[in-house]
Amino acid sequence: MPDKNIIEIKDVSYAYGTRPILTGINMAIPRGSTVAIMGISGSGKTTLLRLIAGVMKAKQGEVWVDGERVNDLDQAGIFRMRRRLGMMFQFGALFTDLSVFDNVAFQMREHTDLSEPMIRDLVLMKLHAVGLRGAHQLMPSELSGGMSRRVALARAIALDPALMLYDEPFTGLDPIAMGTITNLIKELNAALGATSIVVTHDVQEALDVVDYVYYLSDGKMVAHGTPEVIRNSTDPLVRQFVYGEFDGPVAYQYPAKQLADDMRLPGGAAH
Amino acid sequence: MATHKGFSIRGIGARTIDSVLRLGYATRFIARTIASSGTSLKRPRLVIRELYFTGVLSLIIILVSGLFVGMVLGYQGYYTLQTYGSESALGVLVALSLVRELGPVMAALLFASRAGSAMTAEIGLMKATEQLSAMEMMAVDPIARVVAPRFWAGFISMPLLAAMFSAMGVFGGYLVGVVQIGVDDGSFWSQMQSAVDFHKDIMNGVIKSVVFGFAVTWISLFEGYDAPPTAEGVSGATTRTVVTSSLAILALDFLLTAFMFGGV
Repeated sequence: MPDKNIIEIKDVSYAYGTRPILTGINMAIPRGSTVAIMGISGSGKTTLLRLIAGVMKAKQGEVWVDGERVNDLDQAGIFRMRRRLGMMFQFGALFTDLSVFDNVAFQMREHTDLSEPMIRDLVLMKLHAVGLRGAHQLMPSELSGGMSRRVALARAIALDPALMLYDEPFTGLDPIAMGTITNLIKELNAALGATSIVVTHDVQEALDVVDYVYYLSDGKMVAHGTPEVIRNSTDPLVRQFVYGEFDGPVAYQYPAKQLADDMRLPGGAAH
Repeated sequence: MATHKGFSIRGIGARTIDSVLRLGYATRFIARTIASSGTSLKRPRLVIRELYFTGVLSLIIILVSGLFVGMVLGYQGYYTLQTYGSESALGVLVALSLVRELGPVMAALLFASRAGSAMTAEIGLMKATEQLSAMEMMAVDPIARVVAPRFWAGFISMPLLAAMFSAMGVFGGYLVGVVQIGVDDGSFWSQMQSAVDFHKDIMNGVIKSVVFGFAVTWISLFEGYDAPPTAEGVSGATTRTVVTSSLAILALDFLLTAFMFGGV
């Protein structure tokens, strides 16, 4: 029986040079759940995703993914781990020189010995799951933003990953496409029996999909709980984020000199 | 990373350190590319596809330029040679200029601006749109899958393109010299045949084009891979590819010529 938690993050800190990005993060994500990591831009949520995917290694603390300690893995080990992992990028990141079909077939051709007829069936099934079987001959440049995102999703689930990572899946989509992606994330998670981590700042969409929310601010985990708990949170940081208030603990004004000084008014410290 | 730039001593030092760091980075990059060539060997179709883009699509510009350069050589050569009454040596002059110098150098310059800039822009854009990161996330090494096949394609096609440039140039010289001006057909070809030496002339030209092919492909791929992932970053890298490649070709040509013909 594999461990109950697919991801365990124990007391992880990370810094670029002397600038701390993450401090003392603890997380445990049970298998089969859908979890959101939220926070404003620059809060460290993308860094956290990269630590899980093994793009970067934690300098302090431990990152466990599917029973393996990511800190210890070498490049080959990281690549082995990533075969059980699917990632959808912010703008899809489809290979522009390959057709929709070849994009979805990419991992099957790279990592398996499946025959072409078999690959064809699998690719069409994956595309059917995102409603784009009819678009398999198109090139990425012929797709709309929402369609690219759906193809990217089909490509990410090509090898039935145990863990799906979504990096800002809703950014820049119209409301209909947003609804489509939200639904797909829910459905695919159920169909694959996978675990999903959604990194996002689109609060309402994310709160609809996920079972649990981690809220990051300035590299620290300031709140976590079910969507209900987050919606009703009294923490001013979380409230400002969830309800989009323009001023609050995250200040509207960029730090500046006293207004009177900048305007050279009498009474400023310069006079 | 050094940040103080300007004309101070500190600025000069900072720029020197930056350049040395970049050179080291570029060297590790090409070493890694060559070491990761296994995929290209196992799946030759990847290289063949790139051969089409770098080699076949450069053919038109190479052949047309070769023809024009050869025709100009025909006029200029005839004009100079006839003052000494040795027009019959026109074939030798055209062939030697092309095989030793103009073929490899001009073909490499054209190759850098046609295929090199395209490689830089393509890889830079793949990086800017996270395609390279996506590939890494799918447990595929972009150096092995994207960079190495392009490197071998460039390395293979450069000498072939240079040879075709020279052949086309000789034909252009023939058109102007023999067909238009009326230099004797027989002496044009027979003098060329006896004066052009296989090892000394043709092989040295081939060595040059191999070296240029290596340099141009290396610069183009590195600039693309190293480009900042923004629109300005990619356009800057593309410009640098053409400028650096052209300078590298001419400087290397001087060094190689000094080695090959300087000591005689």
